[in-house]
Amino acid sequence: MTFGFSLFVVALLIAIPALGAAAGGHAFWGVVIPYAALAIFLAGFTARILGWARVPVPFRIPTAGGQQKSLDWIKSSRLDNPHSAWGTIGRMALEILCFRSLFRNTRVELREGPKLAYGSSKWLWAAALAFHYAFLVVFLRHFKYFVEPTPAWVTAIQGLDGFFQVGLPVLYVTDALLLGAVAFLLGRRLLDARVRYISHAADYFPLLLIAAIAVTGVLMRYFFKVDLLGVKQLAVGLLSLQPVVPEGVGAMFFVHLFLVSSLIVYLPFSKLMHLGGVFLSPTRNLPNDNRMRRHVNPWNYPVKVHTYEEYEEEFHEVMKAAGLPLDKEKSCPKAS
Amino acid sequence: MPPDFRKIVFGLVIFLILVTLPLWTNLLRGTAPLEDPEISTRDVPGKDRCVREAEYMKANHMDLLNEWRETVVRDGERGFVTVDGRHFDRSLDRTCMDCHNKQEVFCDRCHNALAVSPYCWDCHIGARETKDGSTALR
Amino acid sequence: MSQGKLKPEELARINYQPPAKGWMDPDVEFRKGTWCYGAVPDTLKYLDLPLPKKWQPSDADWQLPPNWKQIIFEGMRERLQRFRTFKVFMDICVRCGACADKCHFYIGSGDPKNMPVLRAELLRSVYRREFTKAGKIMGKMVGARDLDEKVLKEWFYYFYQCTECRRCSVYCPYGIDTAEITMMGRELLNLLGLSIEWVNTPLANCFRTGNHLGIQPHGFKDSLDFAADELSDLTGVPIKVPINEKGHEILFVTPSADYFASPHYFTLLGYLALFHEIGLDYTFSSFASEGGNFGLFHSHEMIKRLNAKIYAEARRLGVKWILGGECGHMWRVLHQYMDTMNGPADFLQMPKSPLTGTVFNNAASTKMVHISEFTADLIRHGKLKLDPSRNDHWKATFHDSCNPARCMGLFEEPRYIMRRVMNHYYEMPEDTIREQTFCCGSGSGLGTDENMENRLRGGLPRANAVKHVRDSKGANILICMCAIDKATLPPLLEYWVPGMEVGGVHELVGNALVMKGEKERDTDLRGQPLVKPAKEVQDAA
Repeated sequence: MTFGFSLFVVALLIAIPALGAAAGGHAFWGVVIPYAALAIFLAGFTARILGWARVPVPFRIPTAGGQQKSLDWIKSSRLDNPHSAWGTIGRMALEILCFRSLFRNTRVELREGPKLAYGSSKWLWAAALAFHYAFLVVFLRHFKYFVEPTPAWVTAIQGLDGFFQVGLPVLYVTDALLLGAVAFLLGRRLLDARVRYISHAADYFPLLLIAAIAVTGVLMRYFFKVDLLGVKQLAVGLLSLQPVVPEGVGAMFFVHLFLVSSLIVYLPFSKLMHLGGVFLSPTRNLPNDNRMRRHVNPWNYPVKVHTYEEYEEEFHEVMKAAGLPLDKEKSCPKAS
Repeated sequence: MPPDFRKIVFGLVIFLILVTLPLWTNLLRGTAPLEDPEISTRDVPGKDRCVREAEYMKANHMDLLNEWRETVVRDGERGFVTVDGRHFDRSLDRTCMDCHNKQEVFCDRCHNALAVSPYCWDCHIGARETKDGSTALR
Repeated sequence: MSQGKLKPEELARINYQPPAKGWMDPDVEFRKGTWCYGAVPDTLKYLDLPLPKKWQPSDADWQLPPNWKQIIFEGMRERLQRFRTFKVFMDICVRCGACADKCHFYIGSGDPKNMPVLRAELLRSVYRREFTKAGKIMGKMVGARDLDEKVLKEWFYYFYQCTECRRCSVYCPYGIDTAEITMMGRELLNLLGLSIEWVNTPLANCFRTGNHLGIQPHGFKDSLDFAADELSDLTGVPIKVPINEKGHEILFVTPSADYFASPHYFTLLGYLALFHEIGLDYTFSSFASEGGNFGLFHSHEMIKRLNAKIYAEARRLGVKWILGGECGHMWRVLHQYMDTMNGPADFLQMPKSPLTGTVFNNAASTKMVHISEFTADLIRHGKLKLDPSRNDHWKATFHDSCNPARCMGLFEEPRYIMRRVMNHYYEMPEDTIREQTFCCGSGSGLGTDENMENRLRGGLPRANAVKHVRDSKGANILICMCAIDKATLPPLLEYWVPGMEVGGVHELVGNALVMKGEKERDTDLRGQPLVKPAKEVQDAA
């Protein structure tokens, strides 16, 4: 049901611009929509990050992923359990660039006996890594539509991406990776009973949306060709605040653009904010140096405690009888 | 505000600059003009129309050229007959560039704008216009 | 114990297939053996906690005040403004499922709501509905749902089925820490007076007497004196235990179970033998006689209220620094909360071992050193005369307790000690130790008899790894550094791995420690006969 709903919404997001752009109004589909989307994205993303940033981190609670720093002769795990700023930066870099924690993933199996067996399970890590990096490269490749002249690094990335020179136009490895990874992640959500059970529409929708974006992109490259020079004129116009609407850019492009606009509008209000959130996770972005350096909690309010004086007051008799040292010598008339 | 608020804002600003980098590039550096290609045909007797219609060629010329190349190189088959029965030589230099004789404005303008580097010129030496209007090898 | 009838092989028949029906319509059945008794009203009153009542989770009527939803929402709002963890963790989970089979309760029960992701979603669904636009508009499609009594019951059921062990957080690509979520969930339930007896009674006891069993100062002294006498009998060395004495260098704090419970007690004997042998200038405190902090299972405020005693007592007694015994959640609090909550400890001095001169820079601010750090340093500097053969009757394996493992990274210190005080030491499979260690299944206040089925289920992964070492290496004792472990692993192992004993690191140290002036030792600290070396056996023959 949740999957069907997501599919329906994505279909709608395809149909609307397809019908709309066919009917004309390219200034709306090509200028108003992307500007509005970009504005919502930038404002929404900023608001979300500031919303998190305004909340304090009262306690320093990193998850230790390796040996602590204690005695000099015990080798500490500088990246999995960092105690210094640089170590923490290294840990965050590993986390963000290599998905370190996901790399640890294991799979448990209950066998006869009972015997629990654990196996390394790297598929999710591999697919996630492929997905994110492919997406990044695809995004960077698009810089050739954004600026003129095309920067040399974009040409270089593109050259590498099409290194195998398969097909014409040349197949980009990242296109294949992106679609393959999306298919894996989607397939996993649908076929693995456990993951299906935890999935909301909000989990299928972004995957389907990204799949639709990739598919429309690939279709434009191979099957429904659009006037790319027109596309670039439109994109450069948008991104130099001098919008132009060239004639004759195919409707498929407006579908693609609308889907991308939908994605960036959706991003700040969804789980896709893990893009920013991963930097702000207090179990990862703080050093495990609690006993070395004091962490300050800005709202550390005073609490009601039981003082030693109250304690000695209550237990004076028995403490005295037991010969325990006392701070106050009370006169105890009834004591023998 | 929490003590790391400034750090986070700093990171956020970096992110916002990065995602809007094309905007800043264009606004600060300006953009080169993006001109449409010139068809740049010269009149060649007996060749009054292209081998396919312009719409098709605009989008799919690479497929046609690819097909030509493979047919010539692998099968040695040079003769090409258009759908309306005209005969042509499957040749980039002698057919295409015979009419479209300005590589810079006909081919390169688009290819450069879209960062396409076709491997035509790995073998073919390309063409330029001579003073008398004929095509010359570079 | 309702599960008394269930044999291990029956309990281990676990169905991991999630039900066909989705999880968003709650339907909790408080089945006997899977929940803990509700908090007694007197304990709540003693601690000035809201809405005390006579109540059990299995009751149909939870006696909620009419404005209970408002109380919860206000509580959530307040915590969302106070804890970035809470806010970020509510927002960024992508439900990748990597955490799913990392939870010992999920592995042992197959109940999908024991997957950490769903445990958090129980709270997240209400958060979305109440605090996000998408949730308000889209409802179930984005995983949002209304708070009602059934949802509340579900919270209680599953937030008291999490031991806050943080294993899932090791694998989470965003470091989402379910312990943090569970702590928030329990704090919210506390606002309605919904807590469990085995958290609140120890809390009240700790607050009043300093230890969770409510033992008064003279009882505390009796226990330590008794231990000292027994140790003197075992070793032939006269031993005294200083209590509440001012002017010593070190305050020693350990979980109270060490002097009241078995097998903790043998670890206590180990400490006492060690401290005597090295002539440590230290004192116990009856006021701060509980290192374990049950506040961690209740609320941040309660952590602070109980933990305050340690620094207060260190100041009153005028010690230079503090040494802490073997305990799990105690060390989570000492390592990650104490200094922030009740510091700065600027009235104390940089901890320095009086024997080796080693300065414990890693405790420069908190001024509290873990005993395994202290002892490892002693052994490294050759300050202890050890006879590892006195532990030859033990073939040990080591259980990394959740909190020292995943909150500190205390892995090598105890291993270094064990390898030098005994000859037979074996590791459990690597996916089950160090930062990947499995919980005993009874932490965070869940170690009660009425909750036994859940404990046995939650403890299955740990017990199963122990079984592996028993079967492959002949291990006969599981060593650990946590009072809850020492209390709850024995029944767990008796069920899943019969024949395994449970002990502490310093029990082994005490066995191996050759003391000046000791009599010939023929038993270990448990009074069990030592294995005679092969040579002597031959000689005797």
